[in-house]
Amino acid sequence: MNALRPDLALIAAHVSPGTRVLDVGCGDGTLLEALRDKRQCDARGMEIDSANVAACVAKGLSVIQGDAGADLAFYPDQSFDYAILSETLQTMMRPDLVLEELLRIGRHAFVSFPNFGHWRVRLSLLFGGKMPVTRLLPVAWYETPNIHHLTVADFQDLMRARGIKVEQAWFLSGDSQISAGAANFRAEHAIFVLGR
Amino acid sequence: MAGPTITTVSEMLALDEPLLLDSGQSLAGVQIAYEAYGSLSPAKDNAVLLCHATSGDQHVASPHPITGKPGWWDRMVGPGKPIDTTRFYVICANVLGGCMGSTGPSSPAPDGQPYAMRFPVITIRDMVRAQVALLEALGIEKLYAVVGGSMGGMQGLSLAANWPHIAERVLCIGGTATMPAQNIAFQEVGRQAIMADPDWQGGSYYNTGKTPAAGLGVARMAAHITYLSESSLTEKFGRRLQNRNSKTFGFEADFQIESYLRHQGLTFSERFDANSYLYITRAMSYFDLAEENLSKGGGGRLADAFADTNARFCVVSFDSDWLYPTELSRGLAHALNAAGAPVSFVELSAPFGHDSFLLEVPELDRVVAGFLGQ
Repeated sequence: MNALRPDLALIAAHVSPGTRVLDVGCGDGTLLEALRDKRQCDARGMEIDSANVAACVAKGLSVIQGDAGADLAFYPDQSFDYAILSETLQTMMRPDLVLEELLRIGRHAFVSFPNFGHWRVRLSLLFGGKMPVTRLLPVAWYETPNIHHLTVADFQDLMRARGIKVEQAWFLSGDSQISAGAANFRAEHAIFVLGR
Repeated sequence: MAGPTITTVSEMLALDEPLLLDSGQSLAGVQIAYEAYGSLSPAKDNAVLLCHATSGDQHVASPHPITGKPGWWDRMVGPGKPIDTTRFYVICANVLGGCMGSTGPSSPAPDGQPYAMRFPVITIRDMVRAQVALLEALGIEKLYAVVGGSMGGMQGLSLAANWPHIAERVLCIGGTATMPAQNIAFQEVGRQAIMADPDWQGGSYYNTGKTPAAGLGVARMAAHITYLSESSLTEKFGRRLQNRNSKTFGFEADFQIESYLRHQGLTFSERFDANSYLYITRAMSYFDLAEENLSKGGGGRLADAFADTNARFCVVSFDSDWLYPTELSRGLAHALNAAGAPVSFVELSAPFGHDSFLLEVPELDRVVAGFLGQ
């Protein structure tokens, strides 16, 4: 799994072998392929872009073209062991409802997102006075797909408010894992495992 | 093109047993005309059944015997093509009720005269019964895949729902599990055009020296419009006039689109039997897998129709197809998903309307090759 993005590699490493997995916003199927081939998972995907879906089909993956905001409703309750939402939460119209859907469909959910509370983002806003453009948030405000920026602390607040259990969390700076200490300040990237 | 040449076998199979039909009738002496490409592996594990659409036939990748034109999926089926005949044994049969060699209304009944309207009304599942009988006769128990567009896609779905252990993969392009009202409506227009033609003669026009060519032509013209898209018509024809500089102030085919449609109607009448058109469109308008599941004792949920299959599915629609719009394919994909079947669904962008599955859409080639490759 060398080629996997660091957050995807972490997710792949913590999915139990042989389980049923739904990757929401699966892109070109890189994670699904790894889960299928290395973890023997029954790995399915949902993806909004037709070229990406075609790429997934060409890899022999089972991927449905759909919009996580609307089409997750068609999946039965608890039909997957894991539902995965990587780097997608901040692009959703209603991230809170999508999270509820993930935990309705899956017994556990993996959620990864770029942390808007990272010190570089804060400095950029504090001193630059402009919406930050960083390595993980490379697109200017007017054309970014990220319509709901959030910080690690924001996410933790939401989990508490909704009674969602955080089973595990990892934090990344650069491409390396860091400790949970002051993660809201130090982490560029957060990965949570959620459950009920 | 260099490389291996395609081996085509054109065969006729006579079924030993009568077919028991959904209507309750039984049809004896059924013949099935089919073509086969490539060769069946010793393990018999590389057979791909192609199911043709309403106006198609078994000439998938070989020249049509009447029109001389290339087969209807010549671009998709052949050595090195997405459905690779160097790897797969590709079979395509003329549907039951058709007019290219398989038993249909123009075939002789036991009394030696053509069935005409004495031919029993058939369903999509009856067509598939004939396909299954053909596979049995060929000694093929498993299909690597069943592939079809439009009515061909419906046959693939019917096979998966009713004979769940035959096909390992089902590729349904521009199809549906339930025929919607708008499609039933267009099919009724076509049938009424045929039956309104005095030369139809209650269906008994065989041996009279006349055929309802005008009625069938109108049916084809109307249907052909539904296979295209507004933008492709505008692009291809616009308001351009046909071989003239000004309007004639008469009812000649002034516009290119009029001339094109008349030509489509005329050539179709030369190669297709009007009664076959009645029976085949009737079968399509009856098609409803959810309802079939109810009559089998199921809950009438589309998902339950697929409860017993282990096949992988790939469902494809086109954004410009307004006859079998994406919503039909999406609904099918969700039902398959609810049934726990491994399913992929993709809406491809192509300008040609429903006919996109027959035309140059490179993305479709990649999806077909990819789905069959795994």
